[in-house]
Amino acid sequence: MDIKAYIVLSLILFTIGIIGVLVRRNAIIIFMCIELMLNAVNLLLVAFSRMHATNASVNHVAAANDAQVFVFFTMVVAAAEVSVGLAIIVMMFRNTHSVDVNFLNRLKN
Amino acid sequence: MSITALIFYILSAISIGAALMLLLSKNPVHSVLWLVVVFFTISGHYILLNAQFLAVVNIIVYAGAIMVLFLFVVMLMNLNADAEPSRSMRMKLIGIISGGSLLLVLLSALMNMENNQHLQLKVGDEGLIVNLGKTLFNYYVIPFEISSILFLSAIIGAVVVGKKD
Repeated sequence: MDIKAYIVLSLILFTIGIIGVLVRRNAIIIFMCIELMLNAVNLLLVAFSRMHATNASVNHVAAANDAQVFVFFTMVVAAAEVSVGLAIIVMMFRNTHSVDVNFLNRLKN
Repeated sequence: MSITALIFYILSAISIGAALMLLLSKNPVHSVLWLVVVFFTISGHYILLNAQFLAVVNIIVYAGAIMVLFLFVVMLMNLNADAEPSRSMRMKLIGIISGGSLLLVLLSALMNMENNQHLQLKVGDEGLIVNLGKTLFNYYVIPFEISSILFLSAIIGAVVVGKKD
């Protein structure tokens, strides 16, 4: 397989996430699109790690392992981020009785 | 076309279609379920890239834990399809054009890339749990321990933010 196919797939998924953030107004959907962008980047990291693949048992310090450990840490941070972000969305729903992000314009003026 | 390429294209088509359905569906519960489909296909890609540990973690953490959390919040809020006012047509058009132009720029930069054999994917065994575990606990012990503090602060933060005061 060529690395280009994976780059194109990740770019398309990332762009769909960006368009979702720009187009939708539901805060939960925007948050899910951010998760989609994170996953596109994770997929790209794993694909690039496969480009530098060596036999890890021969070469003990394998550069390709580092990328996959980075993806692992990205997932850890994403899990923490989701718990705090959903708490913020619940608090916003309790205060405004809506998840519309256009209500959050008090800093505008 | 080899069987790997065939599986890759099928998985890619499913994941892009599911991501589009995540955007287009009006009901937030349907969006959550489409995102679960995207995560499962990305796990399929990880298996295809011989990263078994990440595939399993992706299913457990993302499709299992995070999406269930999303589903709980959506169902607690009792959002129905017509609760969300959609953006005006002009704003939608602006969003789609700006996202599409970003995709265009990145793709044109990619197409200028020259082909050589360094860009081919290789086979190796670094995605296996034993090698990842050696790397994680030999070179990344301190970030691993710091991430537990991050989780503790996330728990406390979620409770403090979500508490009724």
